[in-house]
This record gives sequence, C-alpha cells and structure tokens, in this order.
Amino acid sequence: MAITKSVNGPEAACDGVKSGMTLMLGGFGLCGIPECSIAELVKRGVDDLTCISNNAGVDDFGLGLLLQKRQIRKMISSYVGENDEFERQMLSGELEVDLIPQGSLAERCRAGGAGIPAFYTPAGFGTEVAEGKEVRDFNGKPHILESALTADFAFVKAWKGDAAGNLVFKATARNFNPMMAMAGTITVAEVEELVPLGTLSPNEIHTPGIFVQRIFQGAHYDKRIEQRTVQTR
Amino acid sequence: MLDKNGIAKRIAQEVREGWYVNLGIGIPTLVANFIPEGMEVEFQSENGILGMGPFPMEGDEDADLINAGKQTITARPGAVYFDSATSFAMIRGQHVQLTVLGAMEVAQNGDIANWKIPGKMVKGMGGAMDLVASAENIIVAMMHANRAGASKLLSTCSLPLTGVGCVKRVVTNLAVLDIKDGAFHLVERAPGVTVESIVEATAGTLIVPDYVPEMRID
Repeated sequence: MAITKSVNGPEAACDGVKSGMTLMLGGFGLCGIPECSIAELVKRGVDDLTCISNNAGVDDFGLGLLLQKRQIRKMISSYVGENDEFERQMLSGELEVDLIPQGSLAERCRAGGAGIPAFYTPAGFGTEVAEGKEVRDFNGKPHILESALTADFAFVKAWKGDAAGNLVFKATARNFNPMMAMAGTITVAEVEELVPLGTLSPNEIHTPGIFVQRIFQGAHYDKRIEQRTVQTR
Repeated sequence: MLDKNGIAKRIAQEVREGWYVNLGIGIPTLVANFIPEGMEVEFQSENGILGMGPFPMEGDEDADLINAGKQTITARPGAVYFDSATSFAMIRGQHVQLTVLGAMEVAQNGDIANWKIPGKMVKGMGGAMDLVASAENIIVAMMHANRAGASKLLSTCSLPLTGVGCVKRVVTNLAVLDIKDGAFHLVERAPGVTVESIVEATAGTLIVPDYVPEMRID
C-alpha cells in the first residue's frame, strides 16, 4: 500500500522549520516557486535562514517577502538581478551571498540528493568561483571540485501530485524543483492539484514520491509573470 | 554601423542547419527572429526548454512557460521541457552547438567578463559560466564600446571573469572579429564603417588583413 504523504496545508507542512535552518526553494525567477510555503514561512517569522534558490524573487513576491522581513541571513543563488532590497542588503553587508554558476547549483543539489559528495566541473575555472577550490585536469582541461548541497527542508512546487508524493511539473516551472526535492531532509511539495492515487500515469511522473515527505494542495496561486512579452493580434 | 537587430541578423548567418543553439539575454535573444524560414534549428533556454518559439499572442501568455530572461514564450511542435540539471547536462556535455551571449568586456585571449562590477552591480552569473566553460562555439554579441564610450575589446579584462580563453568570435555594431593567437582579427566591417574607426574603437591588439569585406546584411 502506498505510503501517504499528504498533510492538511502549509501550516502542517512547515511543522519543524526553525530559525537558523538551511532551506532549498525551487523555482526560476517567479516561475515554479512554492508560493504557499513561502507565505507560511513569512507568517512563522523564522529567521537566520540560509536559503538555496536560483533567484531571490522580486521586491514584493517570492523570496523577496522573506528578505523584506530580514528572515534570511545567507542566500546561495546564481542570479539575483531583479530585487532592489536584495541588492541593498548585499552591498551593505547585511546579507551574506554565495553566487554560483547555475549549472553547478543544479548539479550540487542533484548530487546532494543522489549521495555524491562532490564532483568536478569546468564551470568557473579561472574565475572568483574557483577560489579555494581544488583544480584537476581531465582530458587536458582544468576542472574545479564542487561539493554537494543538502537542506533541512526543501520546498518545491509542482503542477499535479498524489498522496504518495509523486509529482508532475508543468512546462518550465519544473526547473530546480526535481533536484531540490531530492536534496531535502524533509521535502515539502505543494501542488496546484492533488489528484487521487492511481490517476497519474507511472510512465509520466517526473519526481518519484520517495523524495517527498509532505504534500499539500495550495489554496491559491498568484503565478506572477516577471516579463510579460507578447505579440499583438 | 549596426543597431541591435543588425548585430542579431549578422549572427543569424552563423547558424547552421541541424544545430541546437542557446541564446543569452539581450541582443542574443533577437537572433531567433532572423533564422531563415524552413531551417531546422532548435533553441535551448537553460531554464528548461528545447524548441522555444516566439512570444505568445496577447492573452495566451502562460506564467509557467518562460525563457531564461523570464520572458513569456511559446513552445514549438516537438518541444520538450526538462529540469535544470538535465539542461546543464546538455550544455556541459556539449550537446548544444552554438552559444550566443552578451558581454561587458572581451579580451584578446578570449577571456570574457559579464556578471559583476565590484561594489556597483552584482546580479550573478546565472548560467553564463557553465555555458562559456563548455561550449565549443561561443559568439559574443555586444556593442563595441560601453555607455561611457570606452572600448569593450581589451588586451585583458578589468572586471571579474566569467570564463577564460573561450570566446572565438565577436560581433559588434562595428565589426565581426575572430580571436586567435592572442589577438583580435578583423573579419568584416559593418556597413558604412571604416577600418580606421574600428582600429580606433578597439583597445586590444587588432590584426587587420589587407582586405576587409563589408558585412552583407539584408
């Protein structure tokens, strides 16, 4: 019989999140971010957090909401360009920031979930990113040693999911969510639609439920668009 | 002299049938608009799509379907979505044939800087370091000079590097330049631009052949 992961909502899903913890949060820009879990973290007021997320949201949405309340001590990201408050906190030294190449960030999360402690990559060789890291040549090309990332809690957002924790993502809202789901000690998945067991085709599940400890259906999704680009009819 | 669309048009001429191409944010994104109709080319965006199509018609935009510049896009028939680790496996594993990206500075040894101005601007490198560290074929699309009028083609980069010795070709508003043997080589000049003005606008070592053809841009 399937192991049931479903919880009532974001409050139950965030049970045990404490100040000082390391969290992973899926999403690329505002696409595929765990909106409901972020709102709950803001409400709980946990602080001194280390947040691993590709981006830092915008001033009034996504991780920007946690930054506004000064709940984040350190960010580990690849690109943080669209957030003035973030830039202010970083340049003033209030916020510690570790910027790492996007592919290395994805692979470090994947490695963390896959039991691989470290790996070599060519990305960042000869740059600030390589400072203090072991360099080794493979096939005549220099690579740097990058370590795996894990988190106390990983918060991911999927399109559909079931009580077993199986997840299906929609379009480019998949991004970092599958790797972060793998790397969380406790992975919380929020979904737009929690469907009955057996509804999702086992052939088409993106993230197997083994990586998910808690799942709930979000009550409402804003799904903001950062850059609305269209052709006029 | 070329405008941004002109630079994109010239770069589009570099794209070959059957190539998977990653386009960066800014001028590189425009390259997709100038691929000849019927040419089999697929655009990869590192946030997780292969087979990226044009912007959606007004009202059809989908918050879940964006490119790496966070712009709303569409997916072409045959498109596929994937996670970020798979996306960078395509990039690092050299399954993408061409990378086009912007730069703040390029050096005559092929170094590129495009992610940070210490103390002023720190947006992050995004996927640029992974892209330039692995791609066989990297074209930089940029203006020849920065907003202050200073040359962006230098003997050595002054800003923190994104990658070392990786850029092979630069297309600017003034010229097409190749990088080899530690120098810029002038390949083509933009319509109406003299060799002298390109020499003057290039701070790094520039090798000028006897004959420099003008670009052919329709």
